[in-house]
Amino acid sequence: MSGLRAIEPLGDSAVLLHFGDRIDATVNAEVHAAARHLAALALPGIIELVPAYASLAVVFDPAQWQADGVTPAQHCVAALTRAFATPPATTAASAVLIEVPVCYGGEHGPDLAAAAQRSGLPVEEFIARHAAVEYRVAMLGFAAGFPYLLGLDARLQQPRRASPRTRVPAGSVAIGGLQTGIYPRALPGGWNLIGRTPLTLFDAHASPPNRLAAGQRVRFRAVTAAEFAALQEAQPSA
Amino acid sequence: MIEVLRPGLLSSVQDLGRRGHAAIGVGGAGAMDSNALTLANWLVGNDAGAAALECTLNGPRLRFTADACIAWCGADGELRLDGAPLPTWRPLPVAAGQVLDAAGLRRGARGYLAVAGGIAVAPVLGSRSVDVNAGLGPCDGRALQTGDQLPLSDAARPWLRRTPAWSLMPWPWFDPAPARVLRVLRGSHFDALDPASRKSLLSEPFHIAAESNRVGVRLLGPALQLTAPLELVSAAVTAGTLQLPPGGQPIMLAAEHPTTGGYPRIAHLIATDQPHLAQRRPGETVRLALIEPDEAEALRRRHATALARLHDHLRQRLQELRCAP
Repeated sequence: MSGLRAIEPLGDSAVLLHFGDRIDATVNAEVHAAARHLAALALPGIIELVPAYASLAVVFDPAQWQADGVTPAQHCVAALTRAFATPPATTAASAVLIEVPVCYGGEHGPDLAAAAQRSGLPVEEFIARHAAVEYRVAMLGFAAGFPYLLGLDARLQQPRRASPRTRVPAGSVAIGGLQTGIYPRALPGGWNLIGRTPLTLFDAHASPPNRLAAGQRVRFRAVTAAEFAALQEAQPSA
Repeated sequence: MIEVLRPGLLSSVQDLGRRGHAAIGVGGAGAMDSNALTLANWLVGNDAGAAALECTLNGPRLRFTADACIAWCGADGELRLDGAPLPTWRPLPVAAGQVLDAAGLRRGARGYLAVAGGIAVAPVLGSRSVDVNAGLGPCDGRALQTGDQLPLSDAARPWLRRTPAWSLMPWPWFDPAPARVLRVLRGSHFDALDPASRKSLLSEPFHIAAESNRVGVRLLGPALQLTAPLELVSAAVTAGTLQLPPGGQPIMLAAEHPTTGGYPRIAHLIATDQPHLAQRRPGETVRLALIEPDEAEALRRRHATALARLHDHLRQRLQELRCAP
């Protein structure tokens, strides 16, 4: 079974389209296909399309979806139902593979040693496994430009920290549960920090502001502390 | 230019918010009380969404370096212009060198200072709203600091021929009375609350926690519980979404909410009532009532119609006050 399962209201100015109820690459691909489909239809009065792991929110302007006898949400749901009468193709749109350099461990990944120990792996193998697979950006959320990546080796999963850090440095590569992601700026955070990338992931004044986009493929490449410093030097300051 | 002599507790430049970037994790921000922002802007002849100052609880002290036309709407208290009481909810000329002091807002939580022509900071991602929590937007993405200089547009030059003798009636746009019940719609997980929690949510008063901010308003009251724990995958949330973290104290998401969240969504504050929540002060109470979507729509239409009628009326009244170009 695949495709749109249900549409439910999300307050009076948004609806949520459900494609599943778990973190799954196929479900997530359907979400992004649906987002592309709706973006191409360019329905009037749509303010935001917000893809997540297994759902897509459609935020609308109620004034533009006003109709007799139904609420704007009902009116919008009817239009969306028509839009999905034929399910959109879920062919992966993005063949782009983004390489993200990471300096693992040390000051850049203070939780790496403990994480490797919990996984019962030598540190080198933990790093090799993290950098071996190709990830897919499932969604951006939590903070501007924060990518949630799908594809983590199950052996590497880590419990969230009992007490979150008040400040995680920008660029930190982290694992929380079965998810891995990158903090785009200094933020509070409860994930385990295993390394850090010198790349700037988000710059509001760049076009586009986000380095990674939902649906893209990502691979990590281990770099030394010296390479990290050199790459950081070469980054435009955000 | 407006020179910041004292920033106040949390004063920031806001318009009606940043739209269209939620998919990359960039939230809306914008004025917490869109009614007060809109009316302050209309009173000085601006569009509803011109950039103005949102001032929280303890407002700033500001010096105008050029003549301007201003209006203050929303929370009030001891507002002074060069030491004299500042009339609110009406357009006023100010002269270069005059100092506005908004210390101690006592009725309501957020006041809005609009200036004819708008605050002319450069927009970021289509909006002049500062997202204080995300550190994004004009003014380096932060609240005002002492010494900041806010640019005004050329249109800021005074256009008033005389100060009007009238003020706009704040009610029903501004109603900080805790007796006012705020209305919510059912959230996806409302039915997952245990029966006692469902009853408490809709009958007990909740206090506004001191840690409330532009991200969310924390409601303190009887701890709410689910019948059984829910395993949820993160999904989009909106301003007005009432989330229930494991501790049982719900959080009503506000202007700077994260774009996605993983807590149960038990209810949604209707858009029409969001400005009223924005004016509740820490320690004050909130009562919630559940309504149906068609009632929420009727309230939205009534509000939109009344606001449009007021706009027409204001345009006529302002015309009478306007200088010849």
